[in-house]
Amino acid sequence: MASYILRRLLALIPVWLGATILVFLIMHLAPGDPALIMLGPKATAESLARLRHEMGLDQPLPVQYIRWLGKVLHGDLGRSIQLKRDVAELLRTRIVATGLLTLAAGLLATGAGVAMGIVAAVRQYSLWDRGTMVLALVGYAIPVFFLGLVLQIGFGYRWPILPVSGMNSPGQSGWGDLLWHLILPALTLATGAIALIARMTRSSMLEVIRQDYIRTARAKGLKERTVVYKHALRNALIPVITVVGLQVGYLLGGAVLVEMVFSWPGIGLLMVNAILARDFPVVQGAVLVVATAYVLTNLLVDVLYSLADPRIRY
Amino acid sequence: MERNDGEVRKPLKILFRDPWAVAALGFLGLVLFIAAVGPWLAPESPIDSNLADRLQPVGTPGHLLGTDELGRDVLSRLLYGARPSVGVGFAAVAVAMAVGVPLGLAAGYFGSWVDSLLSRTTDVFLAFPYVLLAIAVIAALGPGFYHAMLAVAIAGIPYYIRIARGSALALRHRDFVEASKSAGASHLRILWSHMLPNALSPLLVAATLDVGWMITAAAGLSFLGLGAQPPMAEWGVMLSDGRQFVRVAPHLTLVPGIAIFVVVLALNILGDALRDVLDPRLAGRR
Repeated sequence: MASYILRRLLALIPVWLGATILVFLIMHLAPGDPALIMLGPKATAESLARLRHEMGLDQPLPVQYIRWLGKVLHGDLGRSIQLKRDVAELLRTRIVATGLLTLAAGLLATGAGVAMGIVAAVRQYSLWDRGTMVLALVGYAIPVFFLGLVLQIGFGYRWPILPVSGMNSPGQSGWGDLLWHLILPALTLATGAIALIARMTRSSMLEVIRQDYIRTARAKGLKERTVVYKHALRNALIPVITVVGLQVGYLLGGAVLVEMVFSWPGIGLLMVNAILARDFPVVQGAVLVVATAYVLTNLLVDVLYSLADPRIRY
Repeated sequence: MERNDGEVRKPLKILFRDPWAVAALGFLGLVLFIAAVGPWLAPESPIDSNLADRLQPVGTPGHLLGTDELGRDVLSRLLYGARPSVGVGFAAVAVAMAVGVPLGLAAGYFGSWVDSLLSRTTDVFLAFPYVLLAIAVIAALGPGFYHAMLAVAIAGIPYYIRIARGSALALRHRDFVEASKSAGASHLRILWSHMLPNALSPLLVAATLDVGWMITAAAGLSFLGLGAQPPMAEWGVMLSDGRQFVRVAPHLTLVPGIAIFVVVLALNILGDALRDVLDPRLAGRR
């Protein structure tokens, strides 16, 4: 197992380096001279040239890339042009906010999705089953930013019971207040994933329930609860783990939109504002951090998968 | 190609027995009709403002769906907006397929270094969540409607490379491919007349679901201010504009949002039905 994890980690290195090249190239292909953006339109030709030289912009691209990568590996993501602050420092608090949001949404999606799928499968063709499947269809089709706005209209304005913006009420801190603010954003982000996980759990359960060993378990007189939760569920959940893993990308991408709707102070909100301000060091750092988190989470899911399914041996 | 012909026609018959799929298909036909002729159906200009009539609610005489913060008729903006908002999904899928499918087929068919090179490159692109990749492309190109379309398409290319490569890998040692090779057919001919037709089923299913996905993604970019820009009548822009008046005029948010939702819903229903008849093994992608 340890050697499998190690091999997978090593295999990630070329992918991650490729990702850094892609991020670097994207930002360098972008129109607009960073030196000009920093100094403003009134800058003289000499001061522009001096700044370009100081920033290393007069070097060939490969040299610039190697220099940049060396800094990134030391945790130096450059300085924000707009906010005049260290990018790594800017990202540090943002990562916590985005991580909290995606983690909460992921847990909610897995818990609610699996539970809904199990009940739907156990009571196939019941009203609950049909209701769950309709909800799954709706939940998957509704754009995440629209759902967020609908929940805002409903629970923030029409029946004002939940906070609709930010992480904390003014003058308040502490976990209770934070979790209270987290409810609507997390629910919004989770809904699409709940839909897919519920569908997958249901169809996987239905497949497993028809297997011989389930019939055997029932025939030897085990309680239905034991059959469903001990015998069927454990095997049915294996393909569900794959679907849960696929949701990681959806959650990290969707988080950008949800942060915008609920003014959640995460990486996504920072990134969008940086793009509009053409603050490239921030964009570069934010994209790289999210991609790194994504690649590592995918690895984690694969490891979990191999732990859950003893038939898989590496 | 007789073999392939039957493979497509029979599933279509089954598809037409599914009332949901037929309803979805009919609705999408209507949407495409509106996208084509919307500007002629619209009662008013989508961009001329009329401040005297601003923020009228749904059902106001003369303004069936009300008016927005500049007094523009919401129904007119909705009808004008159908073309860019829905068209962007079809155009982006077409671009993603046009680039991704040939590359994927070539990777699977030729194997060796072609496959290694393309697969490793694809892996790098897939190290970014879909929406993040689209946003990164926008960061390079700058905001705008056509840039958003291109970004959404580029972010979709790796998925089509994957699917087409998988099909080509499964096909390349089949008898009819080997036979064609020994008969002296060129690589291009084999790819075009054997690989492509036989890889179409999973591609068609993915494309149908992706049109909806890309419509949502493009509208999302507009919502973030990175896609189509005001005053353009586009559903994502309408949502983003309406958001500032969500307390006093929720219809400005609800109308375009529901429009995106039902179009995507219809595409998903159709895509699911297509998958059930064409390729049951594909369940649960993305």
